[in-house]
Amino acid sequence: MSGAALKRTLLRHPGLARPAVVAGMFLAWEIAARWWIDPAFLSPPSKVVASLGELFATKGVPAALRITLWELGVAFAISVVIGLVVGLSVGLSRFANRTGMPIILLLYGIPQITILPLFILYFGIGPPSKIAFGVTHGMFPIIVTIVAGVQNIKPILMTAAHSMGASRWQIFRWVIFPHMIPSFFAGMRLGMTGVLLGVLLAELYVSTAGIGYYTQLFTQSFNPTMLLALVSVLAGMAIVLNEIVRRAEIHFGRWRS
Amino acid sequence: MSPKHDRRDKIASRAVQIGFLFGVILLWYLGTAYWGISRILLPNPVNVWTELKDIIASGEFLPDLRVTLTELAVAFTISCTTGVSIGYLISRSQYLIKVFEPLIASLYSVPIILFLPLYVLFFGLGEGSKIAIGTSISFFPIVLNTIAGFGYVDKIFITAARSMGASDVQMFRYVLLPAAFPVILTGLRIGFTVALLSILGSETIASLEGLGHRIVHLAEAMETARMFAYISFVVVIAAFLNTAVSALERRAKRR
Repeated sequence: MSGAALKRTLLRHPGLARPAVVAGMFLAWEIAARWWIDPAFLSPPSKVVASLGELFATKGVPAALRITLWELGVAFAISVVIGLVVGLSVGLSRFANRTGMPIILLLYGIPQITILPLFILYFGIGPPSKIAFGVTHGMFPIIVTIVAGVQNIKPILMTAAHSMGASRWQIFRWVIFPHMIPSFFAGMRLGMTGVLLGVLLAELYVSTAGIGYYTQLFTQSFNPTMLLALVSVLAGMAIVLNEIVRRAEIHFGRWRS
Repeated sequence: MSPKHDRRDKIASRAVQIGFLFGVILLWYLGTAYWGISRILLPNPVNVWTELKDIIASGEFLPDLRVTLTELAVAFTISCTTGVSIGYLISRSQYLIKVFEPLIASLYSVPIILFLPLYVLFFGLGEGSKIAIGTSISFFPIVLNTIAGFGYVDKIFITAARSMGASDVQMFRYVLLPAAFPVILTGLRIGFTVALLSILGSETIASLEGLGHRIVHLAEAMETARMFAYISFVVVIAAFLNTAVSALERRAKRR
């Protein structure tokens, strides 16, 4: 393909140009790391990819990744349960909403990172503190979206169901529940972002066996290759988890349109 | 619902809220003063209050506050200028939007705090790594909102202005900017908040000075009362900054 034809194809298909941009960035990184930057600080991507095998062979790293994944899962499950229970009880009652919502928003507004040392103090340096910190990041967005979702149900639907003699349970099952599903999954997506942030922050802050220990180890021993490999694996994990909940959100929100 | 009933409802919910706050503080006080909760785990609220007064009266917080605010100011300035200008350049062509917007959005979904160890490796434990993390986290909402603001201006306005003979400068000043401004402002506000949080966070994780560092330092020294006082101090500062930025945003949008 000649240069002009290539240019024309790329111009016509932005989807093809995107990988080209990504490839260009990796190329720039490779060149910069090979010839300009001190290898004690930055490694070229080729070396990082090549070191992935070594990373997984490093004693303790697979276990650390498993621990982190487990912490994420548990924290996410707890956040969803708390978010669902609190969100529904606050969203479904006018009084609870008026009373509870300002308290929830007040708590949500606290920069939680400042109380991270407290979590270590109360829950120790093991997985429980990471899970607890992940939960405080994950549950608030879930509560807030569920409350918003429940309240956005058109009153006319509730009135109609009510006047046709639906019981409270029937109203919940056939009116509130289906309308809640999209906001529930939207909340789950935000909650997942929060849980990832909370758990990773706590891991980076202090850790004896999780990934935080290894990022520190690689940083202090000036081993950018392994550090970048570990960060890429974690970033990959985060992307996959985010993508799962995003797909679920799209899938379950479809019935409306 | 009658207005009278409504008002009674409102008073009742206020009462519950105030009761909740008092209840928490009362439980806290009783728990520490009489029920023997360890002073290291949960300090007495009276002690925390004394420590807080001492911190403010002695001015001990000033150097740390200055460090944190400087980092925030530098990081926010960099992410504003780069975010808005890159966003504007991308928004000038539908093609560039199609190429870059999904790329930037998918990068945004990676928890950027992961790069903190890398930044510490590159920029050291001092202000450099905090500025870098604050900048890279706040860059994304700013650039995405700038693209959204400039990129999706209603075609009718552009065509109308063009057909009435607007120059490029006039087009920017009277059509594009007013249409995009509110969206960009929202991006700037979100960027400011996340920059503040990530700077406090990175100070907590690895640093030599700053408010986050001070809290960790006190936690490690087991001076819990003073740590609680510092935490409340930082919470108030953060709340103040966020409220101020939101108020500025609302004011600028009204015009």
